[in-house]
Amino acid sequence: MADVLVIGAGPAGLAAAAAAREAGGEVTLLDSSDVLGGQYWRHLPDSRPAERERLLHHGWDTFTALRRRLESDPHVRIVTSAQVWAIERDTGVPAVVHVLVGPPDAGGRQRLALRPDAVVFATGAHDRTLPFPGWDLPGVFTGGAAQALAKGERIAVGRRVLVAGAGPFLLPVAASLTQTGATVVGVLEANRLSTLVKGWAPRPWQLASTHAKARELAGYVANHVRHAIPYRTGRAVVAAHGTDRVTSVTTAAVDAAWTPIAGTERTVEVDAVCVSHGFTPRLELAIAAGCALTPDRFVMTGPDQQTNVVGLYAAGEITGIGGVDLAMAEGSIAGWAAAGGPPDDKAVRDGRRRRAAYRAFAARLEAAHGIRPGWTGWLDSHTIVCRCEEVSFGRLCGAADATSTTSLRSLKLSSRAALGICQGRMCGRSVEEILAGRVAGGRLRDEVVADQRPIAVPIRLGDLAARRDPEPPTASPSQSPTPNETE
Amino acid sequence: MSAYLRSAAEDPIRRRDGEPVAISVDGERLTGVQGQSIAGIILATGRLDWRVTSAGSRPRGVFCGIGVCFDCLVTVNDEPDVRACLRRAVHGDVVVQQHDPLPTPVEGSIDG
Amino acid sequence: MDCDVVVVGAGIVGSACARTLARAGLSVTVVDRGAAAGGTTAHGEGNLLVSDKRPGAELDIAQYSARLWRELSVELADELGPGFPSLEFEEKGGLVVATEERGAGPLLELAESQRQAGARVRVLTASEALRLEPELTPSAVAAVHYPEDGQVQPVIAAEALLASARRAGARILPHTEVTGPVLTESGELTGVQSTAGTIRAPHVVVAAGPWSARVASSLGATIPVVPRRGMVLVTTRMRHRIFRKVYDADYVGAVGSNGSELQTSSVIESTASGTVLIGSSRQMIGFDDRLRVNVLEELALKATQLFPFLRMASVMRVYGGFRPFTPDHLPLIGPDAMVPGLWHANGHEGAGIGLAPATAEILGALIRRESPAVAAAPYLPGRPALASVGGVR
Repeated sequence: MADVLVIGAGPAGLAAAAAAREAGGEVTLLDSSDVLGGQYWRHLPDSRPAERERLLHHGWDTFTALRRRLESDPHVRIVTSAQVWAIERDTGVPAVVHVLVGPPDAGGRQRLALRPDAVVFATGAHDRTLPFPGWDLPGVFTGGAAQALAKGERIAVGRRVLVAGAGPFLLPVAASLTQTGATVVGVLEANRLSTLVKGWAPRPWQLASTHAKARELAGYVANHVRHAIPYRTGRAVVAAHGTDRVTSVTTAAVDAAWTPIAGTERTVEVDAVCVSHGFTPRLELAIAAGCALTPDRFVMTGPDQQTNVVGLYAAGEITGIGGVDLAMAEGSIAGWAAAGGPPDDKAVRDGRRRRAAYRAFAARLEAAHGIRPGWTGWLDSHTIVCRCEEVSFGRLCGAADATSTTSLRSLKLSSRAALGICQGRMCGRSVEEILAGRVAGGRLRDEVVADQRPIAVPIRLGDLAARRDPEPPTASPSQSPTPNETE
Repeated sequence: MSAYLRSAAEDPIRRRDGEPVAISVDGERLTGVQGQSIAGIILATGRLDWRVTSAGSRPRGVFCGIGVCFDCLVTVNDEPDVRACLRRAVHGDVVVQQHDPLPTPVEGSIDG
Repeated sequence: MDCDVVVVGAGIVGSACARTLARAGLSVTVVDRGAAAGGTTAHGEGNLLVSDKRPGAELDIAQYSARLWRELSVELADELGPGFPSLEFEEKGGLVVATEERGAGPLLELAESQRQAGARVRVLTASEALRLEPELTPSAVAAVHYPEDGQVQPVIAAEALLASARRAGARILPHTEVTGPVLTESGELTGVQSTAGTIRAPHVVVAAGPWSARVASSLGATIPVVPRRGMVLVTTRMRHRIFRKVYDADYVGAVGSNGSELQTSSVIESTASGTVLIGSSRQMIGFDDRLRVNVLEELALKATQLFPFLRMASVMRVYGGFRPFTPDHLPLIGPDAMVPGLWHANGHEGAGIGLAPATAEILGALIRRESPAVAAAPYLPGRPALASVGGVR
């Protein structure tokens, strides 16, 4: 029986773990959180039970059924609060996965080194927020923050909130806020109506099989109507104002390329603004394991969700931003294949069908809501681009001019952008795009990309220095079965 | 006008919050409930920032809320670089604002 | 495309050579198969060290180069203006610490020999060492202070040298790979074939760091330069608590060794951004660039022995690079022993950032048939010490 390690317990990872069990694999499921569900089904901890938590979620019953199924299976070992901090490529195994188990960022966490037969990467994505003047003020949040705090804490980030950016994700963000009692003063989609129509409409029949998706969206739209939230297209937040916290924002109409149109500015008083322009896949672990990327920077996968490295699979948002249904379809295919399930089995045929349908949906999502290059037009020279190192747009361009560099690595090292503790998760791709916009041909020829992070999360030197037992621990009933493991 | 915790009594999801948790934040005693993150407990008081940046001495708090941006770092029980949005508060936690100023060059190294 | 000199490699050494040659009035073309400053230059700490050099040819060139860096840092800042990122040149001094009795003797002996050879060296008592570095382990048994040790941000330094070279007329061709030689009928090298076409030049300088043997080989020459892997840990930003470059005394032994097995020794310092760099490891594993957690563990263990407070510090980044190792620990500077028209400026192992200016000056003088400020004989590629080792196949 194959030992299958699934990294990430969001929709893709949960589906992968279940499918790997169906195919007869022994499963270890890791998640950095202490609860399952990922960002999509982020929910309250057991210590704060809620009778009607499903009101906050789509597909809540799907989640709870999956959770029950996995938690009750003696061949599934669930390790929560498990942070993968590094992946080693070694001979004989697809990957050596190094894990810290314990409270987030604490010293003295337990260290594991797992050597499974197969790995399914289901690490998901996080919001991508483009820089704008004032985006570093307290009170400016990503959409994901508003949602996570609402669903996972029942905290509203403000009482009078503007939601802006691009993509259908803005709607569930607004819904989360209203469900927590906040007033959403508007939702701004930067893409214009004509772009949305062109992106969504060309082949409507392709959407017929994605009715679950349509239902999900309809739910958000209904929430919108119920709360009479204005929804505007072709408009963006171009600045946030305040001394120590946001008190107002400037919005402006943008053209099809997202370049702000002078004279269209309006000021809106808010106590919080939530801005998300799309998603960035969390690629660092797959990259560390040697997985190749597609030209548009997702993990490259084959028909069984296999990567270019034998034994490594990828599913969910790291293979393309497509939403929960696509993630689950991919997860079920990946888990099945990773556990050695026969490729023609009925169990995966259904997954493949769903995958095909939802991929068409994902392509439209990008066509309708993708980031356009004109956004740099709302930056001024003082706008912070790298939040960690406080590198302004002016300083970044100054370093690029001074060195005439065409290299992301050189620009990072000469400006310090993307070198801070978030390791370029927030600004890396924006820095790349700013630099690419300045070089002939508009493409960087670096062999490096902003997504490489060999140390996936910080690890304390004391923990790194701690000697690990040379012998694998004897299997205890609670730990068995486990992939080959040394601690 | 600011961040707040939706009270359990008004919450349409019929939430029951559990045991209280008391932590110290910059010397001030804050109470929350078990299962809240450190960020959650601070935000519930309406306070949005609890870190001072190294170069510009600017205030920062939660930005991404899911452990990606590292803006919300605090020192917890003498351990620096703890993401307040991820760490669940434990009764008695001592949380201190983090500010790591940039180093100044070493001048006048002693002569040999 | 014709010029006087083709420099292969736009790292710190190639950039320094290009600048020196261009300012001497030669027309220079720099080619690099990647972007500038993207190889070994971008994967090290930026050490400008005197402390780890043994008296003789190693120390001579190190001291000469330290002088040149002092001048260069001012010249480059003046020439490139305040808009150019700071080189972060800092003569912060080095502190070598023996934490065990058995390390103390060799450290003090080396220090004494360096002092006699003219290096600035000061043997410290334990309490003096703690005054310089209050967080240092109290179990240090011997310490030596080297005020001449310094550091520079290597990528910015290389970019600055290149920018200065460009101002002096040098042409830089990134993403251009050398594919073979251009030869005269009599077999003399007179340029290179490259992915950007033929570049004719009477002089070709190989400054390709650990890849120099490959480049030389493609041009018909054999040199004994092989890669020696090293890894550096980078911590998150912290309050300024480490003030100098601090090494454990094993470092000198590791630098001087020829072993191919893993060796680690602490090299610890703060950067201008508040992070702490933790090296160093040495391993001969070819160009295998995979992450090795056991190396990180050893580095972490030794660093926390030297500075116990670091146990609580977090590592957020690691980078690994390849040093251009030579069997006698001296760089190759000067004409190839066999191929006329081919020149070497490589083989600096871990000292390339520090030795780049001196290398450029010596090479420049030799190409112009002048006599260099430091005798070139110990660094010539045809030196007897390398004859017995032969080349890399």
